Amino acid sequence: MSCLVIAEHDHATLKAATLNVIAAAAAIGGDIHVLVAGHNASAAAAAAAQVHGVGKVLLADGAAHGHLLPENAAAQVVAVAAAYNHILAPATAYGKGVAPRVAALLDRAQISDIIRVVDADTFVRPIYAGNAYATVKSSDSVKVLTVRGTAFAPAATTGGSAAVENVGAVADSGVASFVSAEITKSERPELTAAKIIVSGGRGLGSGEKYREVLTPLADKLNAALGASRAAVDAGYVANDFQVGQTGKIVAPELYIAVGISGAIQHLAGMKDSKVIVAINKDPDAPIFGVADYGLVADLFEAVPELTAKL
Amino acid sequence: MKILVPVKRVVDYNVKVRVKPDQSGVDIANVKMSMNPFCEIAVEEAVRLKEKGLASEIVAVSAGVAQCQETLRNAMAIGADRGILIESDAELQPLAVAKLLKAVVEREQPRLVILGKQAIDDDANQTGQMLAALLGWGQATFASKVELTADTVTVTREVDGGLETVALKLPAIVTTDLRLNEPRYATLPNIMKAKKKPLDTVKPADLGVDVTPRLTTLKVEEPPKRQGGVKVPDVATLIEKLKNEAKVI
Ligand SMILES: Cc1cc2nc3c(=O)[nH]c(=O)nc-3n(C[C@H](O)[C@H](O)[C@H](O)COP(=O)(O)OP(=O)(O)OC[C@H]3O[C@@H](n4cnc5c(N)ncnc54)[C@H](O)[C@@H]3O)c2cc1C
Ligand SMILES: Nc1ncnc2c1ncn2[C@@H]1O[C@H](COP(=O)(O)O)[C@@H](O)[C@H]1O
Repeated sequence: MSCLVIAEHDHATLKAATLNVIAAAAAIGGDIHVLVAGHNASAAAAAAAQVHGVGKVLLADGAAHGHLLPENAAAQVVAVAAAYNHILAPATAYGKGVAPRVAALLDRAQISDIIRVVDADTFVRPIYAGNAYATVKSSDSVKVLTVRGTAFAPAATTGGSAAVENVGAVADSGVASFVSAEITKSERPELTAAKIIVSGGRGLGSGEKYREVLTPLADKLNAALGASRAAVDAGYVANDFQVGQTGKIVAPELYIAVGISGAIQHLAGMKDSKVIVAINKDPDAPIFGVADYGLVADLFEAVPELTAKL
Repeated sequence: MKILVPVKRVVDYNVKVRVKPDQSGVDIANVKMSMNPFCEIAVEEAVRLKEKGLASEIVAVSAGVAQCQETLRNAMAIGADRGILIESDAELQPLAVAKLLKAVVEREQPRLVILGKQAIDDDANQTGQMLAALLGWGQATFASKVELTADTVTVTREVDGGLETVALKLPAIVTTDLRLNEPRYATLPNIMKAKKKPLDTVKPADLGVDVTPRLTTLKVEEPPKRQGGVKVPDVATLIEKLKNEAKVI
């Protein structure tokens, strides 16, 4: 039995989510091979070879993978898929683009967002915004899975010494091309990997206030910044801050929700955090139902005070 | 150009679903059903493209039980021109839906298919990508902006680090994210008009598609409940608790 992990990377380094997927593969058992489909990506492949538990790295290096387009990535996976019973990708924007495509090309089902491996055929996944957990069993000979990163502790980045094998890169599909990217640059920890997240909602009132009130607190705690959908829709912050059913799923050690009411779609993205703090002026806000520590207060007073006293 | 918009009937997003005591699934008897919110955004986008003169006809298609007709009427009230119901009482998993949609695409020959990025019941986020793979088309998922010309579609996508723009040759697949547009409310006159628009029904067998599920749900459970915690009186107490009790700062 062997697993193929589709690495998410930026050609030079592995994205943290890849380590969680390797951990999920370890829970399934058998050999773990990692596919790095990139362009001038030998550094990412070398990083993958060091990860604890990895048996082999397949490096498909070619111009077709320069922008990590899913059409080419999926074709690449299919080209090497024959040897594997399980094909796993992170449940990130990248993985969600590739895995269903791979599954359809192989005429197999895809199981999204697994949070637990029961056995080699059986997995647990959330449905209905995490209001229910389904245990599903696959009758397919190959299982194509995406993995919810927060549910599997990352594999160690050292301890492995896998061989890197070059495999021929596929040709470009010709149907899609990269135009441009506007990637938010930040000195802060990445939202999905942060130990502490300070998250703001509509209660902040504006983008200016969001930054003025939350940035100093996040700085002090070396925290990532997050947001509710309402805050993103109102333009306070960019889309990649959104936490929730349709945004990012996070599970930090500490999640501080400021001026967020706690709609089920928001809770779906953060309720597995270890400790939740809510600061909200409405004592009946649903966020208090999941918060370990709730502070009923005006955020414009409480947050600066908290920042000052830390 | 013709645009196809697959729309799914799901439990309304405001309903908090309950797990059945026998763990066989969630209880959807007598709960409000609506069009999946991402599908509404897909219909709205198609209608806007038509209003700009970039599309000539919008065909909504839904796979599922007979009541999906309501979802199709709803799509037609927003502005779709006609509907196709692929009627089946079977459990339709994303791969099966993608195969059914492929068969409809082969009949209808649209240049663009706009789907939701995710259905809020199964939270699968698969069908559009699967359909793209089966057709050998390009895909632009999580769209927050769509620009259409006669032979390409340029799409801004919401990705993990920010935004990415890709260009696809037509025919192509787009899946919608929340910020693509805000769907209009269907007005009463448009709801009335929608009742007279054509709605065809086909069966999976007519399309030659085997919809047998590949996955079996063994059980559905409540997620572990979080213990609601305490309210703290002031900021000083909060800091003290975080330091000494939770030990997270
Ligand atoms: C299909 C779909 C998907 C969705 N996906 C997501 C998702 O992924 N993530 C997400 O977050 N939402 C999502 N939503 C939206 C969700 O339903 C809520 O609308 C949203 O989470 C509300 O954001 P909010 O809590 O910031 O705003 P509100 O609900 O307006 O809450 C603002 C809160 O701030 C408090 N407040 C105001 N002023 C102050 C003050 N001065 N001091 C202290 N507190 C104050 C108020 O008491 C209130 O509780 C989705 C909705 C749909 C339909
Ligand atoms: N039964 C269905 N009928 C029509 N469209 C569907 C159906 N299931 C899924 N879709 C489409 O595929 C999208 C993504 O669904 P999913 O892959 O199930 O998360 C939805 O927003 C719809 O556009």
